[in-house]
Amino acid sequence: MAETKPDKIANPIPFIIAAVIAGAGFIVLPLMAFRAPLPDGMFFSQKIFYYHVPSAWTMFLAIITCGVCSGIYLAKRDDRWDQAAQASAAIAVLFGAIVMTTGPIWAKAHWSKYWIWEARLVSSLLLWMIAIAYVLVRRYGGPGMERLAAGIGIFGAVDVPLVYWSTQLWRTQHPQNTVVPTLDNRMRPALYTSALLFIILFTLIYSVRKRLGRSRARLEALELAAEDLEA
Amino acid sequence: MRFLRQAGLMLWKDLVVEFRARDVLTAMVFFACMVVLVFSLAFVRDGRPVGDVAGGILWVSLAFSGALGLGRNFEREREADTLHGLLMSPADRGAILVGKALGVTVFMSVTAAVVAPLIAVLFDAPLGRDPLPLALLLLLGSFGFAIVGAIFGTLLLKARARDVLLAVILYPLTVPALIAGTVGTSALLDARPQPGRAWFWIQALSAFDLIFLVVALWAFEALTTE
Repeated sequence: MAETKPDKIANPIPFIIAAVIAGAGFIVLPLMAFRAPLPDGMFFSQKIFYYHVPSAWTMFLAIITCGVCSGIYLAKRDDRWDQAAQASAAIAVLFGAIVMTTGPIWAKAHWSKYWIWEARLVSSLLLWMIAIAYVLVRRYGGPGMERLAAGIGIFGAVDVPLVYWSTQLWRTQHPQNTVVPTLDNRMRPALYTSALLFIILFTLIYSVRKRLGRSRARLEALELAAEDLEA
Repeated sequence: MRFLRQAGLMLWKDLVVEFRARDVLTAMVFFACMVVLVFSLAFVRDGRPVGDVAGGILWVSLAFSGALGLGRNFEREREADTLHGLLMSPADRGAILVGKALGVTVFMSVTAAVVAPLIAVLFDAPLGRDPLPLALLLLLGSFGFAIVGAIFGTLLLKARARDVLLAVILYPLTVPALIAGTVGTSALLDARPQPGRAWFWIQALSAFDLIFLVVALWAFEALTTE
């Protein structure tokens, strides 16, 4: 049941500081990425790497958060864990969309194909699909879908290694493409800055989404209470 | 022992109901045949299939009709709220889940038994060459699909837009089983058959099934408790 006490007004200062850092960071990041050296044999399109890889990391982080929160929700039945899982799943869909658009742009330039059947690509795509399924269930399943969604979170987490393993074995006789080449040390600052920024962004969206979930739950509880009063 | 007996009773109940009504299996078999026919229109040129598509088509038709059968099977339980009653009974919930999954596995196996010869004829595929590994692949793949499907079929009973959501959830989650089944079957149908690879994928499928089963039994009690 949602809490009936109104929320304490959350301290906005850390939120604002984080938002300023992220805003400033995303202005500086293109400069850092621009100045980082290009690996041999790659063209300017390689710069998308600084957005693609951190988005992928953030997507995996969001999915893991979703799976773990789903498990805890099932064990403890505290709505806050469910809201946390829901917020992370929505973010996984968002960053998955970034990964799935930036990836093919790079792949077309470098491998001259938008898509190859490689374990990392297939497992990212499937994880993204599972996150989308989670969000669709929450949106269109009607009330009482918390447990079902938790089931998707848990099975999704279990699926990750299975999908990776099976696609890798399936493709053994094909040439393997190494997606992340051995990095030049001068490329690392931009990559890690970008990863940090994406994680800050994740935290920001997460806290907003989680507040939204909490407010929604309170609104629903109030609506039910109002109906009871009318009756 | 008690667990197995309860699961067996559940399976027997589903089979008896289906034997009397016959609507689910008929729909599944007919739908699977339709899928194969549509694929044969698309992929057979001048009497020859385009590439080694037969194994994939067998699994696609099985996965489509499996989702259909799961949906119908649970719709039947929903109409009189019978599954709720079963879950309230003192029987082990895991046994109910396994019994339900076994029922769907039987339906899918029957469907496969009808569709496989049809594919062999329409796509000129040597499906009868190694019947034992093929049967094992189909059986294990169907069970993996059915156990995940039975969990989400149960949980979707109260949802809106059940049928669509079942497909949306089921396909991404069961992809490991579908990949293993398809690749194993293609290894059997290859111009140079590779039974070794097929057996490897049978082992992989058994491992996937075991993992799905363990997670399902572990989570089902919590998932179905209000």
